[in-house]
Amino acid sequence: MLVLHLHAGDIPGSIEHLLAQGGRMQMVYATHIDGREEACYLAAPGAGKPFELWRVEVPPGGLPSMAAHVPLLGWYEREMQDLSGVGVVNHPEPFPLVIERGAAPAPFTQTPGAARFAAPHVLPEVTGDDVQELDFGPIRADVFESAQFRFFYIGERILRYQPRLFLKHRGMEKRFEGLAPDAAVVFAERVSGVGALAHALAFCQAIEDAAGVQAPPRARAWRSVLGEMERVYNHLHYLGALADATTLKVGQAEGRLLEEQAKQLAARACGQRLLMNVLRPGGLRRDLVLPADFTTHLDKLEAASLRYLDQLERTSTFLDRLHTTGPLPHTLAFDQGATGPVERASGLDRDLRRDHPYAAYAEHPPEVALHRDGDAYARYRVRCDELRAAFALLRRLLDELPAGAVHVPCAAPADGSGLGWAESPRGSVYYVVHLDAHARLARVKIKSPSYSNWRVFPYTVHGSNMMDYAINEASFGSTIAGCDR
Amino acid sequence: MALWTFFGLARGRATSDWPEGDAQAAGQHGVQGMPRVTAQACAESCAACVAACPTDALRLAEVPDGADVAPQPGIALDYGRCIACQRCVEVCPTGTLQASDEWALATRTRADLRFDPQQAPSAHDALAAELQNTIARRFRHSLHIRHVDAGSCNGCESELQALMNPFYNLHRLGIFFTASPRAADLLLVTGTVTEPMREPLRAAWEAMPEPKWVMAMGACAISGGMAREGYAGGSGLQGLIPVDVYLPGCAPNPAAIMHALLLLLGRSEQHLHGGRHDG
Repeated sequence: MLVLHLHAGDIPGSIEHLLAQGGRMQMVYATHIDGREEACYLAAPGAGKPFELWRVEVPPGGLPSMAAHVPLLGWYEREMQDLSGVGVVNHPEPFPLVIERGAAPAPFTQTPGAARFAAPHVLPEVTGDDVQELDFGPIRADVFESAQFRFFYIGERILRYQPRLFLKHRGMEKRFEGLAPDAAVVFAERVSGVGALAHALAFCQAIEDAAGVQAPPRARAWRSVLGEMERVYNHLHYLGALADATTLKVGQAEGRLLEEQAKQLAARACGQRLLMNVLRPGGLRRDLVLPADFTTHLDKLEAASLRYLDQLERTSTFLDRLHTTGPLPHTLAFDQGATGPVERASGLDRDLRRDHPYAAYAEHPPEVALHRDGDAYARYRVRCDELRAAFALLRRLLDELPAGAVHVPCAAPADGSGLGWAESPRGSVYYVVHLDAHARLARVKIKSPSYSNWRVFPYTVHGSNMMDYAINEASFGSTIAGCDR
Repeated sequence: MALWTFFGLARGRATSDWPEGDAQAAGQHGVQGMPRVTAQACAESCAACVAACPTDALRLAEVPDGADVAPQPGIALDYGRCIACQRCVEVCPTGTLQASDEWALATRTRADLRFDPQQAPSAHDALAAELQNTIARRFRHSLHIRHVDAGSCNGCESELQALMNPFYNLHRLGIFFTASPRAADLLLVTGTVTEPMREPLRAAWEAMPEPKWVMAMGACAISGGMAREGYAGGSGLQGLIPVDVYLPGCAPNPAAIMHALLLLLGRSEQHLHGGRHDG
């Protein structure tokens, strides 16, 4: 990661230059270290080029909002004002996003009188003959994460859709502060439980980046193995949930059964069904010993999964519900910051495993699935292709597992900073870490894929119909915890 | 569609016998359990495990050792805070803390989750036993659950959803998830209970008809877990609503959830008393 010190006035020009070169902004957040208030913009110039962190001292009047130019920064700017009290001027959506703190000090600064949005978020009124309003949540039927959704609709047609997220915002980024890097891994694992491996991996790699060390080859190979196992169980879960949304009951049961078998394999590999408690900065906490029959079970799971995919692809009642549902155009996906299978279904050819290899992906590059139609079917097909590719990748990784140590000493320097990333089953995860004078964590910023994709999702709902909503939501496959943190 | 029916039938029986059958039937082969405090004395002035614990589940506590012998250094462990991350086991120099494969550790009281070497294990609570009998009589054959996520990492939901897969097939035990709290017997809560989720949670609990029961699932719902003491994190169900069953873990696996549900119904035994494992 290149760290550049810029002035606030340079930002619009730098962003314009980045976009013209085919790059993309990732996020902006604030730090308060040693009394200095800075905004940090994370920029991705493109495949193979190093990421850049633009550090900007916040001017007294606040920062100019870039959201009108780069819409995906809109949520980050609002969050920065909510949580860090950094003023953002001329924001197109000048409402609190994460917390409505009133006159209370911002959690990350504690200084009273910090900037905040004055007006609460009030939805524009939607009136007219036959317009109905539906408030759904935060407690939903069955076992679901908590979030609230408001629909304005006429008959079947949705006029306007507004999700209310961040009800379960836990303040996880703040929990990292003051911790030694080794002790913080378990927190990263529990930011999004079903993305535990990717989050822990991105965090560990951020510390390794700050320390200037690389995990040994065997540890890197294990990290890729576990990362692909996380992809396998999550994608199987996704397919089961999508079958459920289309009321394909046997398809749902089969997807859930295969997910269960994948989780049981995960436990046999590392002792934890959600792949927690394995990673640490510098490598792994311990070497893994696979049971003798592990590959036999993996082969069986692969064969059953491939049969399942074939069967889904032959079920017209299932496919009919996906075709043309919830289309996300290419430009919208780019501008609003879609990531992972969602962006790859809209023709954005990006995958951190290939574009910025980490773990063992330089030696074992993945086959990146790409579809262009941007509808629920394309999102489903990307996941299907990725599931097949993950099994193939697992086989290669396990066949060529290097010998040797699984850990090297990794001491991040005082006042250092680092960036780590991982392509989770739901898309790109970034961790930026800033250390203090005692080499403890002063600020950890998390970019999680569900945050990115929840920002995009409502654009596919406006103007669609109620019957397709659940299918569309399932086709995104986002989590609430990852978004809310 | 006919193809799916054939497909399903051809797959044969996928369902486990758990809680009947051997350990394999639980499907948790290789799963790490909660740490166990052994009789081995701690090293002098060692607090490595206390420093390593991310959720303050451990604290130093001297072990009383008879009238003439000086007390030994020891530790107390609160399973209601433990996330089974194994960090304490890794740093323990004496083997006082050891890894175990015990994960079915649901209890009927908060006190039963606390291991303290200074307190002798209490006799099994007669009141709790009586309560359990009452529940058992009413709900032995059918239980309807309303789940509420009050601020989790989604790990608990992932494992709860697994209960409905064909391997665990929770329905075979007469236990169902229901949409309306008005039709629910048990409120199953996950997550740390963030401020915005307090009111919806309370409303769901109040909407349930009597008699009603509450289960706190996971370290977050029991004690606040990973987000405890943060600006947005809560401290679980403590001081909010009364809890009838505590299920520690992070995240508790599906077989552990089933054990906890059956414990409520008087159809399984509690394995942890005063923080000490049976046997």
